[in-house]
Amino acid sequence: MYPDDLRYSKDHEWVRVEGSRATIGITNFAADELGDIVFVELPEVGAQLAQFASFGVVESVKAVSDLYAPVSGEVAEVNEALREKPELMNADPFGEGWILRIELKAPDEVEQLMDAAAYHAQTAA
Amino acid sequence: MVPFAGYEMPVQYRSIIDEHRTVRSAVGLFDLSHMGEVAISGAEALAFSRYAVVSDPGALEPGQAQYSMLCTDTGGIIDDLILYRTDDGYLIVCNASNRDAVVEHLGRLLSRGDFDAVLDDRSDRTALVAPQGPRAAELVAGLTGLDLEQLGNYRSLPGRVAGIDCLVARTGYTGEDGFELFCDARRAERLWRALYDAGQPLGLQPCGLGSRDTLRLEAGMPLYGNELDRDTNPFEANLGRVVKMEKGEFVGRRALQQVQQEGPRRKLIGLAMRDNAIPRHGYAVHADGQEVGQVTSGTLSPTLGEKIAMAYVPADQAGIGNDFEVVVRERAYRAEQVKLPFYRRPRPEPAA
Repeated sequence: MYPDDLRYSKDHEWVRVEGSRATIGITNFAADELGDIVFVELPEVGAQLAQFASFGVVESVKAVSDLYAPVSGEVAEVNEALREKPELMNADPFGEGWILRIELKAPDEVEQLMDAAAYHAQTAA
Repeated sequence: MVPFAGYEMPVQYRSIIDEHRTVRSAVGLFDLSHMGEVAISGAEALAFSRYAVVSDPGALEPGQAQYSMLCTDTGGIIDDLILYRTDDGYLIVCNASNRDAVVEHLGRLLSRGDFDAVLDDRSDRTALVAPQGPRAAELVAGLTGLDLEQLGNYRSLPGRVAGIDCLVARTGYTGEDGFELFCDARRAERLWRALYDAGQPLGLQPCGLGSRDTLRLEAGMPLYGNELDRDTNPFEANLGRVVKMEKGEFVGRRALQQVQQEGPRRKLIGLAMRDNAIPRHGYAVHADGQEVGQVTSGTLSPTLGEKIAMAYVPADQAGIGNDFEVVVRERAYRAEQVKLPFYRRPRPEPAA
């Protein structure tokens, strides 16, 4: 149920590594738990993210939640489409609902994250 | 599902926004069985009710209902409620979270022995199912022999819906036309299923606590615990019209009379955000860089697409069109005071 080519944090973010770049988003599990996402606050390009530190905020109708960086790095690209259409994070969390692309600072950090099977086990618990 | 006043309640069935829009455009079905129902009967049920609440139940004919409040001696709101005049007395429908406080308060007033009246907390044996929305009347009409034309806003009638004995009330908390159907808790599931099935061709969806909150907020209706509490009096909350001084003595009268004469110090206002941030309960409100109040409720309005809030500010700073800021994550965002309610339902076309 979770894509096999991604790694997952316990905070329900996913990472797709391509060379020195990583794309980050939230999982469908997180999106469903949040409900209708209506607002997202994102860092600027160039911002430094520290692994497991908060880098932004996502708001559903009901709740405000922090977004946590699954890996450290510098923000290279922000999904500008989310400013107008934050609901993409509900509709297509692993695709059009991606949040950031970052330049990895410490690529081995990815090894600390879960694979799809381990994440599935966490969310099924 | 979340725990709420001793009940397991759904925040949403599928999507708060979908549920919200369904109530505005078709019909949504709410399970409100958690609400408190406390009956007052006895020879002096009317005199006791008049003494206990701030409104005047003496104005109610059988079958009529009114919005009211219980206040403390110092004028603080213990709960807001709907008071129904029934065939055998009065029925208070109160917030689930305040049920114990309401029963205790009324019990204490009665224990002084001044009134020949009896309380009956029927909350646990009473279920409440509420179809709300522009097609609610069509839905209920198909399941009852009652003439709903005779059942105006804030009126109630005993009758059968889907073969189940109910008190059918034309009340709600959504800003739309709708009904609240009180029945024996043992019949609740049957009533729910009958309404659910009959509502499918009308576009009915079950609705949870989440859309209940956004609907009432758009309609400018206060929520106890957000806009109302024991440190708030009705005049601050724009509910002064509910308080009937001329009826004579009642709990909180002296304090409320003083507030009425002096004017409330703060006032509940509506805000529409002019910057891109969502106001939420507890966020600070600034005017000219100074903190002057707090947001009591806020959301992205699904109907208007605007970020809206209710907030308390000093009465002398309130005025339609006035500028405020709401502090969201340590940054101030511009907001403008707008009229309440944010949303008013379109009037039905006059019959030809």
